[in-house]
Amino acid sequence: MKASVIVFPGSNCDRDVQVALEKFQIRTSMVWHQETSLPKTDLIVLPGGFSYGDYLRCGSMASKSKVMNEVIKYANNGGHVFGICNGFQILTETGLLPGALLRNNKLKFICKDICIKTVNNQTPFTKNILKEKVLTVPIAHNEGNYFASRHEIDSLQDNEQIIFQYCDKEGNISETSNPNGSFLNIAGITNKNKNVLGMMPHPERVIDQLLGGTDGQEIFKSLL
Amino acid sequence: MKFEIFVTLKKEVLDPQGKAVEGAIKNLGINSISNVRQGKYFTLEVNEVDEDKASQQAENACKKLLANLTIEEYSIKKIS
Repeated sequence: MKASVIVFPGSNCDRDVQVALEKFQIRTSMVWHQETSLPKTDLIVLPGGFSYGDYLRCGSMASKSKVMNEVIKYANNGGHVFGICNGFQILTETGLLPGALLRNNKLKFICKDICIKTVNNQTPFTKNILKEKVLTVPIAHNEGNYFASRHEIDSLQDNEQIIFQYCDKEGNISETSNPNGSFLNIAGITNKNKNVLGMMPHPERVIDQLLGGTDGQEIFKSLL
Repeated sequence: MKFEIFVTLKKEVLDPQGKAVEGAIKNLGINSISNVRQGKYFTLEVNEVDEDKASQQAENACKKLLANLTIEEYSIKKIS
């Protein structure tokens, strides 16, 4: 299996995600944002970071970069695209995923381990995870407060596009387990076809006990 | 032709930055100010003599990049 990690100026989780993919024998190419074609690939990852210094809006400049035309075509042809943190913000800015990520409701950058519940395991990214399983994964963001119009939220629910929701250790989804003010505690969503996933937590940071946890492995294993 | 553009969060979108700024204004002892909302301001020049065409170009830039229409709205004004 082959993966491509898109590197924007200001990406800083690109090499972490490369290490995570290669741990599962996924051959990984790094693709610079000015490329106009993609290598043959089974998965595209948009990594975390601060592409273009978060100028204008997080992910907005990156969403207009040359390589993204190819990423959009790839996604529209059913290819698997995985956006983590800034990658999720880029996916909403391209329109591949609905909604937007606003400033955290308490206006603070949050960097800590949180729990997320796998509310849909019928996707290529979660197929090996037990339904309702609670994963402990770190978040590190200033703009992770998921917002969408009522109409978009209805559509997300009707099409079972909500994949991860912030919860407590027991899996209760409530106001107190919501770190950033996201609508419905949303931590990760897919598009209607389930081939594009965006999530704010960083699974690539918990792939080895040495890093403090292994819950992130479940997502990468699902992709194999 | 020069335009100014304001991009603001839609009314229904919470603006925690505006709220924080409002709190800071209150801390200064200025109590008559409320409903502070924060936005973005751009000026840009369009190399086009026809005003309609020029404002269309500016509008295009707003729709495609300067504003995210999921959460924001924009207004355009010709200034010279």
